[in-house]
Amino acid sequence: MRAFTYERAPSVEAAAKAAASNPEAKFIAGGTNLLDLMKLEIETPTHLIDVNGLGLDQIEPTQEGGLRIGALVRNTDLAGHGIVRRDYGLLSRALLAGASGQLRNKASTAGNLLQRTRCPYFYDTNQPCNKRQPGSGCSAIGGFTRQHAVIGTSEACIATNPSDMAIAMRALDAVVETVKGDGSHRAIPIADFHRLPGDTPHIETVLEHGEIITAVVLPPPIGGRQLYRKVRDRASYAFALVSIGAVIQPDGTGRIAVGGVAHKPWRVEAAEAELPKGARAAAGILLSDARPTDHNRFKLDLVERTLGAVIAEARG
Amino acid sequence: MQFDTPAATNPIDQLKVVGRPIHRIDGQLKTTGRAMYAYEWHDPNTPYAYGYPVGAAIAKGRIKSIDVSAAKKAPGVLAVVTTLDVGELKKGQFNTAKLFGGDRVQHYHQAIAVVVAQTFEQARAAAALVRVDYVVEKGAFDLEKAKDSAIEPAAKPGEAPPDTAVGDFDAAFASAPVTLDETYTTPDQSHCMMEPHASIAAWNGDKLTVWTSSQMIDWWRSDLATTLGIDKEKLHLMSPFIGGGFGGKLFLRADAVLAAFGAKAAGRPVKVALPRPLMANNTTHRPATIQRIRIGAGRDGRIAAIAHESWSGDLPGGGLETAVNQTRLLYAGAHRMTAMRLATLDLAEGNAMRAPGEAPGLMALEIAIDEIAEKLDMDPVQFRILNDTQVDPENPKRPFSHRNLIGCLEVGAERFGWSQRGRPGARRDGNWLIGLGVAAAFRNNLLIPSGARVRLDREGIVTVETDMTDIGTGSYTIIAQTAAEMLGLPIEKVAVHLGDSHFPVSAGSGGQFGGNCSTAGVYAACVKLREAIAQKLGFNSDDVVFENGEVRSGNRSVRLAEAAGSDGLVGEDTIQWGDLSETHQQSTFGAHFVEVGVDVATGESRIRRMLAVCAAGRILNPITARSQVIGAMTMGVGGALSEELAVDTRSGFFVNHDLAGYEVPVHADIPHQEVIFMDETDPMSSPMKAKGVGELGLCGVSAAIANAIYNATGIRVRHYPITLDKLIGGLPDVA
Amino acid sequence: MQSLIQLEISRRDLLISSAATVAVSGVAAEAAAQSPGNAMTYTTKISFTINGEIRDLDVDNRVTLLDVLREHLHLTGTKKGCDHGQCGACTVLVAGRRINSCLTLAVMHEGEQITTIEGLGEPGNLHPMQAAFVKHDGFQCGYCTPGQICSSVAVLEEIKADIPSHVTGDLTTQVQLTPGEIRERMSGNICRCGAYSNIVDAITEVAGTKT
Repeated sequence: MRAFTYERAPSVEAAAKAAASNPEAKFIAGGTNLLDLMKLEIETPTHLIDVNGLGLDQIEPTQEGGLRIGALVRNTDLAGHGIVRRDYGLLSRALLAGASGQLRNKASTAGNLLQRTRCPYFYDTNQPCNKRQPGSGCSAIGGFTRQHAVIGTSEACIATNPSDMAIAMRALDAVVETVKGDGSHRAIPIADFHRLPGDTPHIETVLEHGEIITAVVLPPPIGGRQLYRKVRDRASYAFALVSIGAVIQPDGTGRIAVGGVAHKPWRVEAAEAELPKGARAAAGILLSDARPTDHNRFKLDLVERTLGAVIAEARG
Repeated sequence: MQFDTPAATNPIDQLKVVGRPIHRIDGQLKTTGRAMYAYEWHDPNTPYAYGYPVGAAIAKGRIKSIDVSAAKKAPGVLAVVTTLDVGELKKGQFNTAKLFGGDRVQHYHQAIAVVVAQTFEQARAAAALVRVDYVVEKGAFDLEKAKDSAIEPAAKPGEAPPDTAVGDFDAAFASAPVTLDETYTTPDQSHCMMEPHASIAAWNGDKLTVWTSSQMIDWWRSDLATTLGIDKEKLHLMSPFIGGGFGGKLFLRADAVLAAFGAKAAGRPVKVALPRPLMANNTTHRPATIQRIRIGAGRDGRIAAIAHESWSGDLPGGGLETAVNQTRLLYAGAHRMTAMRLATLDLAEGNAMRAPGEAPGLMALEIAIDEIAEKLDMDPVQFRILNDTQVDPENPKRPFSHRNLIGCLEVGAERFGWSQRGRPGARRDGNWLIGLGVAAAFRNNLLIPSGARVRLDREGIVTVETDMTDIGTGSYTIIAQTAAEMLGLPIEKVAVHLGDSHFPVSAGSGGQFGGNCSTAGVYAACVKLREAIAQKLGFNSDDVVFENGEVRSGNRSVRLAEAAGSDGLVGEDTIQWGDLSETHQQSTFGAHFVEVGVDVATGESRIRRMLAVCAAGRILNPITARSQVIGAMTMGVGGALSEELAVDTRSGFFVNHDLAGYEVPVHADIPHQEVIFMDETDPMSSPMKAKGVGELGLCGVSAAIANAIYNATGIRVRHYPITLDKLIGGLPDVA
Repeated sequence: MQSLIQLEISRRDLLISSAATVAVSGVAAEAAAQSPGNAMTYTTKISFTINGEIRDLDVDNRVTLLDVLREHLHLTGTKKGCDHGQCGACTVLVAGRRINSCLTLAVMHEGEQITTIEGLGEPGNLHPMQAAFVKHDGFQCGYCTPGQICSSVAVLEEIKADIPSHVTGDLTTQVQLTPGEIRERMSGNICRCGAYSNIVDAITEVAGTKT
């Protein structure tokens, strides 16, 4: 870990301004992903702006009937919040499927959206990685790729986004609210927030440098059976091989977002239209352009079968 | 003490302390965080420095140059020592790969430098500044590809020959009415003990003191002295608490070597711990195997012919994973052969991990037994009972010292409700396909000399000193129980000091021999102390009784505290082993029963119930012995369902080299576990009449799970770990 | 009898273990001297309460809470198993909540209350959870044990506070204490010795005697 200077930001605007003025600055909230990566010098900020004291830890109803979740709300508190449990069960379920109790106590809502891939080649600084070191090549391609993406990949990167929470946010059409270094605000639909790797896999979101997430806003509840099914080798404390977040309405329509398959939460509205016909039809469209490797081809079957189980559970 | 005749009745048989469910005497230290592990020794007056290791970035080749200029200039840096600086070092007797020194890179993450700084943070940051110029060489990393070039290695002294044959296997197999011929694979596995390898080294002139995390004090001491080129007598090694080993701390590791070089260069004590992401490739691992098993049986279910061949790989000069061992002894059959071949692989050093040989061997053999039983339309429990043998099948004149595999199977089947087992794929509970599986457990009982010193002081306290280690096995407690029993004291009057090279050399912790051998050594030392006490008091040592803190002879009795006198009394001895393990085959036995559920949609396998029944001689402490077994069962769950060091066969390293990527079981994977110990003693094994259970508990577990998954799904997976991708294509349609 | 093991060990050699003392190393000043010249420095003064005792330190910003405990305050009961949030051996309680002390910086805990394994109990005066671990043999090598115990204590509080888990059935009703809930919630604490079954027994006993 490289040496860095440290400040506790007094306000959101000051934090954004301070970050914008220093290209090597990073915000730190829970720190559970950033410090992990800093120890390995995958992240090498020379200045950390601690945003924990900014009061962004409230969960409040919005005028539209939705919910505004402060960026600093811890995963445990979000998952355990009464309104979330009642009206956004998918979000609660997704959060609780992730990490461990200790990590959820620290990890923040914004940080969860920004967590980086768990590709082992990204984590091993001896190996070429376009995400870690643009232009160096992708050592995952042709290597051990059981965990990797099957769709939306590029010649530069086949990493997945590891977040469970983001799958729920994607299915629930959340909106990410930010403040930029110049003090301006914007609202980014979650669909536009994460990027596919293309030839710039090191750029994972549409955030600008210095732009700080202040809240994530959920639209009014949409009802339905809300399920999150995470499939993994061990029963807990593991990243998903595949995960499915679903909201299924009594008439069989609904929404699905899939984790463990792509560089971003994977949702295809055209596939959702096929939901009433069953998992095979929906999965066929969802993964129609998939380019799996020999190691992860099983994910295609797994998505379809898991989706089938989710639909059956929603109906049952 | 020479142990060359079966044990007669002795003071241990009183079982006033030995055999009792006594809680660990180190339990309060461990649960309050007061037990001090290697990296934690601290003297407020000593300025420690921190060493951070640098691992090789290539798997095979040569180091042209190392640029340490930036590292040396970094804040707080006291010294940088590179593998080029120290040059070629002599290698320890027990190491295959060199730990440090010279320009050759033999495997990924091999230690090539240590950066010493005032703080851990400074050392870690400076280590990232070391720049290395390599000449990369092509290596072999794929066992499947290297298999055909594998060779028959020369038999090592004291070890089994690579090839064995009795009768005429080929003919008997060819004529057998029911046959099986299948190939199984087991992956590379990692010990993943929770405490990373760690050492503190402190020089005082030419004397070196090292706190480390070692299962085998004397092996480490010898090999560290050899590696550093110093006199063994100048080296003081201590390892009183060890945060797990499982074979990964049997042999000297790089942390101790780097700490010693770093401390020399920095001129002050240096602490080095291996960073977790370095461990899998820097240290040893259980090598992958490819195993072919052939079994020919008569229609009566009796094995006529059995063959087990195994291929594994290691670095040049390395050894076999002896996966065929158990097949020479576990089942009857007149015609039999085994063979092992060794391929050269340029991965990290393969070496012992808990139950080396038997663990992967039984992962394969006990699936094969399940398969042949099914072909015979026999219950696999009954098949195993039918093919039991009470003698060494290769040498029928040589009996087992004690063997109750049948008892384990029968008791286990009854207790587990084995009769509920149905046809494959027949039982369902909601979305779960339910299956039961069984496997035999088998592990040889090894006998290693073990010494101890026992001191009685004027307070009536008995203090045991031995370089034996407690890696979580319960050595502290069973040693205290042994001394208490021998001297007629409550356990509170016994102090136990372990893991110090100033103490008599013990068996150490490995091969499940530690419990039996180290307590036998303590027994021997206590016999000496009893004699010294009797002699001092002028008692006839034949009729003297040690009871209730007193020593009695006839109608005379003296308090032990009084007998000790102001100078105290000492007994010291080493247990030495005669030929009882040659005249008799000494082994431990068990049966594992498992119930699994397999998710019908996803193929995720989860354990629902587990039972182990063990026949392993006298159980010295049912609490700690049970913990050994449930822990081993847990490791077997990992081996069956998730553990695999994934090899990047292009650049030659284990890719998933941390605890996120290499998935060992977590709480949620493990149900309530049951263990039953058969009530038995083995007078051939030692004066304690005990054997080991720590490795037995792992042997066969993974195969029982594999068999249960087959019973649940009807899908036979012969390649571990049994992950959902290997099942999903064969599961029923759910859409 | 515990002391019989340990006391002699600490007498054995020159480098004697001692009670934790506040150690403000001289390193901080040196690191500060490397500062790039702005007002910011590479070190920060902090003050927090550990096991009821206020500690004032001047630390390198990079020091994790775990390393402050182990290397600066010599509270070595909190263990470093992976240093990457993958094992749970470093679990401590901050403001009553369990966290991985390896993935948080010391400087982020200004003014906070921190409880480590040493603060729960000591030999001869064990916390009920520590006693239950001894009774049920909920450990072997002991290295993950302080983390398991800190986590166990917090898990019971989390269930009481109605915080759901991955295995909670109905999210809208009060969370129940079941073996399945305990196993899921404890899954961030890896025990390679495999004492899980006994640990669940220990926690269940403490939970039972608490209600």
